[in-house]
Amino acid sequence: MKSLSYKRYLDLWGWFFIVFALIGIVLFLFYPIIYSLYLSTFTTKGIIQEFVGLGNYVRLLKDNLFVLALKNILIILIIQVPIMLSLALILAVILNDRRIKFKGFFRTAIFLPAVTSLVAYTVLFKMMFTTDGLINQILMSLNLIKEPVRWLLDPFWAKVTLIFALTWRWTGYNMIFYLSGLQNIPSEIYEAAEIDGASRTTQFFKITIPLLKPIIIFTSIMSTIGTLQLFDEPINLAAGVVTGSSIGPGNSLLTPSVYIYNICFKYVPNFGYASAISYVIVLIVAILSIIQFRVAGERQ
Amino acid sequence: MKNKRSFTHFFIYLFLILISFISIFPFFWMIVGATNKSVDILKGKLFFGTALIENLKNLFANYSVGNILINSFKISLITVVGSVLISSLAAYGFEFYPARSRERIYSFFLGTMMIPFAALMVPLFRLMNSFQLLDSHWGVILPMIPSVFLIFFFRQNFKSYPKEIIMAARVDGASEFKIFFSIVFPSMISTYAAAAIYAFMTSWNSYMWPLVVLQSENKKTMTLLVSTLASGYTPDFGVIMVSVVIATLPMLIVFFSLQRYFVQGILGSVKQ
Repeated sequence: MKSLSYKRYLDLWGWFFIVFALIGIVLFLFYPIIYSLYLSTFTTKGIIQEFVGLGNYVRLLKDNLFVLALKNILIILIIQVPIMLSLALILAVILNDRRIKFKGFFRTAIFLPAVTSLVAYTVLFKMMFTTDGLINQILMSLNLIKEPVRWLLDPFWAKVTLIFALTWRWTGYNMIFYLSGLQNIPSEIYEAAEIDGASRTTQFFKITIPLLKPIIIFTSIMSTIGTLQLFDEPINLAAGVVTGSSIGPGNSLLTPSVYIYNICFKYVPNFGYASAISYVIVLIVAILSIIQFRVAGERQ
Repeated sequence: MKNKRSFTHFFIYLFLILISFISIFPFFWMIVGATNKSVDILKGKLFFGTALIENLKNLFANYSVGNILINSFKISLITVVGSVLISSLAAYGFEFYPARSRERIYSFFLGTMMIPFAALMVPLFRLMNSFQLLDSHWGVILPMIPSVFLIFFFRQNFKSYPKEIIMAARVDGASEFKIFFSIVFPSMISTYAAAAIYAFMTSWNSYMWPLVVLQSENKKTMTLLVSTLASGYTPDFGVIMVSVVIATLPMLIVFFSLQRYFVQGILGSVKQ
């Protein structure tokens, strides 16, 4: 009898410890996401609210700006994430090699960009990549280009600039994850492989990659989520460069998050429509995460 | 054979030096730029100039930077304390008071980690409106306090804490609350440091939510100021550089003084 009441006593303490976080998460995460689903069935103009059912979702399919925003982030996702993650992995493997000197310095230097705020580094890149700016001057003095590249004024080059900036900011960050994963692989495995005559490349593909798989999946899902909600970089890279409400030349830097923000706070607010867009993004994140788990053949 | 090896080694070092150079260069450029005039920065001047004081004067004369810095520190520090406290309490509850009901809540928590912020923005905006917290610092702080990632991070770290110590303290008659604050907390300081750095970095660098909530000039944060300065059609590069340095400096100081915890904080609990 006594032990039963003691168990209850401990259980109550268990609830006490989690109750603050529970309230916070229900209020600021759970409630908003449910409310957002409800809101997405309405169209709102200021204070007038009208039920449209799935109307917002139908409207999305015909919304050129939304389709463009989706296309933009998918292009960035497909090009930038693999480049960044491969580069991070290669750097991690090099810096995990015992024979390399000054590892501490290289690691710190390559990680340093991850310290900057997204707005701050975007602003730096924006200044570097102006048409008469530093990058063009360096490239021209090295005779790599004859005429200045219109980095931020051309739809194609604007995306290249964004991809370059993102890679600069996040490669070192991802490298740290891989480094910690590599340190967990016992060196005996590599020694055994060497005795069996496996080349470095074989070792990389047959030992390193399979053993790092959980971390590779983790980083690729995190990067996917990060890319799908890109906001700080595109909006700051585009601000004040092109006139009008275009996000980058020809809306080439428009992302769903920026679009949602504009619908809520720049144009006549339509919170219902914005919620529908956000739900599509949630859905895409979920689908892509499941695909990445499946492709990797992991079950978690 | 030996020649071939030193040849590849040479290229590996060349590669590392190139990548490190690209990584560090913008920092160098930012610091040099803060000391130069807008025209010189545009021309691509790469050595220190004499315009630092002038740039600082221009920035401080047009914007209440002191006030803005105080806002940023206030928001970040309250978020750090609230977030670290609440997350560690919750992680402690989940880990040391196992119950099936709470375990379900925990997996539900983890599921919400994938939700992009843009999906929460509209409802949160309306919620803060009904709390009358729009254009206030508490409106920025409150939704940033609950952090599923930090709960996860603390729990992973609590896993390695010996349960016997807690049992022994109970036998000695210590209350559950006392066990947490005077026994577990002091021995987990490095975990707390890592979590605090993570929370500080997230809050100091946050942009979208403060942009939505804060409207008055005197309530804005450093990140918002940098963004405003850089979005004009005739930007003064020198002034922008100074503001970027000011916005980045606290993070650089935290990074270099607490480097070990910093990396640990970013790693979270990926280590198995």
